[in-house]
Parts: sequence; C-alpha cells; structure tokens
Amino acid sequence: MARTLLTVPPTAKRGEVIELRTLIAHIMETGFRPDANGQVKPRDLITRFACRFNGELVCSAELYPAVAANPYLSFTMLATESGTLSFSWEGDNGFSQNESVVLTVT
Amino acid sequence: MQRRELLQLGVALGTVVTVPAVRATSSEMQDAIRGYANGAPVKPGKVKLDVPPLVENGNAVPITVSVDSPMSATEHVTGIAVFNDRNPQRDVVRFTLTPRSGKALVSTRIRLATSQQLVAVARLSDGSYWSHSVDVLVTLAACLE
Amino acid sequence: MKRWAAALLVVACCLSATAQPTDPRRSGFDDMSPQTQAMQRDDMQNPAMLTVQDGAALWDRAPSASAKACSGCHGAAATSMRGVAARYPAFDNALKRPIDLSQRINQCRERRQQSVPFAPESAELLALESYVALQSRGMPITPPTDPKLQAPRARGEALYRQRIGQLDLSCAQCHDERAGGRLGGSLIPQGHATGYPLYRLEWQSVGSLQRRLRNCMNGVRAEVPAYGAPELVELALYLAWRDRGMKLESPAVRP
Repeated sequence: MARTLLTVPPTAKRGEVIELRTLIAHIMETGFRPDANGQVKPRDLITRFACRFNGELVCSAELYPAVAANPYLSFTMLATESGTLSFSWEGDNGFSQNESVVLTVT
Repeated sequence: MQRRELLQLGVALGTVVTVPAVRATSSEMQDAIRGYANGAPVKPGKVKLDVPPLVENGNAVPITVSVDSPMSATEHVTGIAVFNDRNPQRDVVRFTLTPRSGKALVSTRIRLATSQQLVAVARLSDGSYWSHSVDVLVTLAACLE
Repeated sequence: MKRWAAALLVVACCLSATAQPTDPRRSGFDDMSPQTQAMQRDDMQNPAMLTVQDGAALWDRAPSASAKACSGCHGAAATSMRGVAARYPAFDNALKRPIDLSQRINQCRERRQQSVPFAPESAELLALESYVALQSRGMPITPPTDPKLQAPRARGEALYRQRIGQLDLSCAQCHDERAGGRLGGSLIPQGHATGYPLYRLEWQSVGSLQRRLRNCMNGVRAEVPAYGAPELVELALYLAWRDRGMKLESPAVRP
C-alpha cells in the first residue's frame, strides 16, 4: 500500500466547485534510466488514475513516464450532494490502490 | 533578465545560444498531437498552459492547464493532453474531464529531460481542439551524485 | 523648526545605534523558485510528507514481540521529540564522539529495542528521522554548548575550509565566497543545512545531510567518506554551529 495525501475540503456548499488534490508515493521508474552498472532499470509506473463521486467519473488521467515521481494530480469537482469520493491508481507490476473520502455538502 | 541568464548559460556551456523565438515543433510531436485530435484541426487558443519559463530542476516541474469553459452538459472540455518534444516520449499526461469536474483546471508535476517545448491540447464537447505552446528552459544540477 | 529637526536627528541616531544588523544568512529556501517554495510550504504537496507518514507508522510499531515501539518509551513524538532535531549533532558519552540524529535513532534501536540498526540512508531510517525532525520544524537550530564538542567542531570547520578533490575546492570557496553566483545554470546557495532530511528534486526522494555532503564531495572528485564517518558528523556539527539560530525547516524541499 503506497502512502497517499488527499486534500478534500471537509464540507462544501451545494453548487460550489471544490479543489481536489492527490499525492501518492511511487517511484515512477521511467524505463529509460540506467543503473550503476549501465543496465536500464525496468519500467515501473502508475499509468492510470480515476476519481469518482458516488460512482460517477469526475476526472481520470493516463500517466506517462514524464509524470514526476510521487505523482501529484489536482483537479476540481462540482459539489451537488453529499457522498463518497473514490480515488484509484493502477500501474505496472499489478499496482492497484483505492482510497475513499466522504464529502459533506450542505 | 531571462535573456541575460540564457547567455550566461550559453557561455558556461561553451555553446552558442539564441533567444528562443519561434522554434519549429518536432514532427514527432506534431504526429502525436494529430493522433490525439484524430486528424481534426488543432487551433491555438482557449487553453492556457501555465509552466515556469525557467525551471531549476527538470525532475518535478509543476504545470497547470486551464480552459475557460462553462463545463455544462452541452458545452464542456472532454479532455486535456500535454505533449513535449525533447523527452524520450512525446506524451506527458492525458486527462479526461466531465461536466462533474465543474471547471477545466488540472495540475500535475512533470519531468523535463532538457529545455524544450510543451504543448497542451484541449478537446471540447463540440469536437474542436485547441492548443497552447510554451518554451521551457531547464537548468540541470551542477554536481552529479 | 530647528528643535524639531534636532529631536528627529537624535531619535534617528538612537535607532541606528540600537538597530540589529539584518542576518546575512539566507536559507536555501530563499534561493528557490516560487514553485518549489510552494511545494515546501504546503504539507499536502510536499513529497517528504509521504515519508513522514511512514515515520509516524514506524514510531508506533514494535520491532518485535519483546521490544517496545518508540512510542512505548517516548509516547507522542509531538511532545517528547520537540526540540530534539534542533540540537543534533550532540555528544554521545558512550561512544565519546558526536553523533547525528540518524545515529541516535539507530543507537536506540540497537540498545533499547534490541533490534538490528537500520542501514544508512534506508527508507525506514529516513522515515523516522524525517518524522522526528518535523517535530522541531520552525524552531531555531540550537547546537549544544557542551565543551566536549569544541574539538570535533573545530575539526569540522577545518574540513569545511579545506580544499579537497581533483577540483581542489573547499566548501567555503563556493558556499561562503561565491554564494549567490552560478555553477553551470544553478544558483550557488549559502549551504545552510536547515531542512534535513529533505526531498531533493534531483534525487526524486528524501535524503539526509550526509547524502548531500557526500554528493558535493563526489562533485569535486574527492574521496567520499562512508556513511557515518566521523568526518561527516564533525562537518555536520560545524554546519549546525554555522546555522545556529536559523529556523529548522525539516522536512524541506530543494531543487
């Protein structure tokens, strides 16, 4: 399980556009870097990210080797009702992680 | 200020450096953009790529892409893609957005292998494509580990 | 009119006589781009905070069934570790030499937790060190005044001023004499060790002061001492003196 830092406002007003920020610990090995012996280190990337609210897609991303290590993704969401935000990351070597945060909308 | 730093960098590296005016984007990057747009014309405008013009380390460069769009059911951004011309691969990141996104505003941190051009392309719900190009100067660490 | 002017002159003289000179020392933070500064300022954007989370988990984890976790003796780190990182390196009476925070953590692990010490620069050691250092964030660096530290600190300063390596450069030549200038495209900072362990963009990971010092020594093509070598700790000891009073920023971000 990789460490994550998720920024979700504790509450939001109906109709407000809120900012969601995610940070996850991952080396994002590009597959282009040589090691000390000159051998190329094998690729190890997070390749997909998705954020859903009550099952509905808010934002998704395809990540390439050019995304920096410990990927940081920030986007927005229109808050209309309370519910559950789910964040998912998938990648090489079977990497898969899900986090959920409850959002209260008043 | 930027021009002076550029010239200092050039002198330090012993190379001739010109102020980046209009640089021809690599054909590979154009192909990648064309592929993303499915052959549709990509016009400059509507989208803004925010990236510092001078970067102190290419390993983690913050970028923000925004599009002025109501993000309504009938008029919204469906995708934002960022391309480069000097990294080993042309693609950087591709976002998919929906009206639930509320705004077309995404940020991330990217890797830049060297000074190069970045292009952000936005795909709108009406099928049109818009782009914004920025030249980025990347300074490399002086002492390697 | 004259009396008023004279009074103003007197006040001005008094003010200038008692005015504190501004500290000429600049943290590396001040030399960074606004974007990198923003990365350090925001705990939700600083990649080192992921490492800190690991440290917090390790703090509560007992290394074995028979040994206590750090929290078993020290309780909550926010109280017990407050100020600790700000006064390391410190003199260790058992080893009769100065040790830095990572060595102190490993010493605890060996003696009090009956466990194998963490490898230098290992993820676990950096995580614990970052977590402990965070508890002193914002506090002034306060090197101990222990007289037993005088000789090792003097040796550290001598190394700081010694020209080393094939490039024949001393720390002082870049970081004292040429700070603010440029090496290649990079700005030369004054080299204050105010934020360690830190996330270095160049490393794409968190690293210790020892790693950075070895990095620099390699840069001037000098023989690099092993992790934990007394020379490195003595140099860190001198740097803490050089940085005394400056705010600890750990865990910082640097380019």
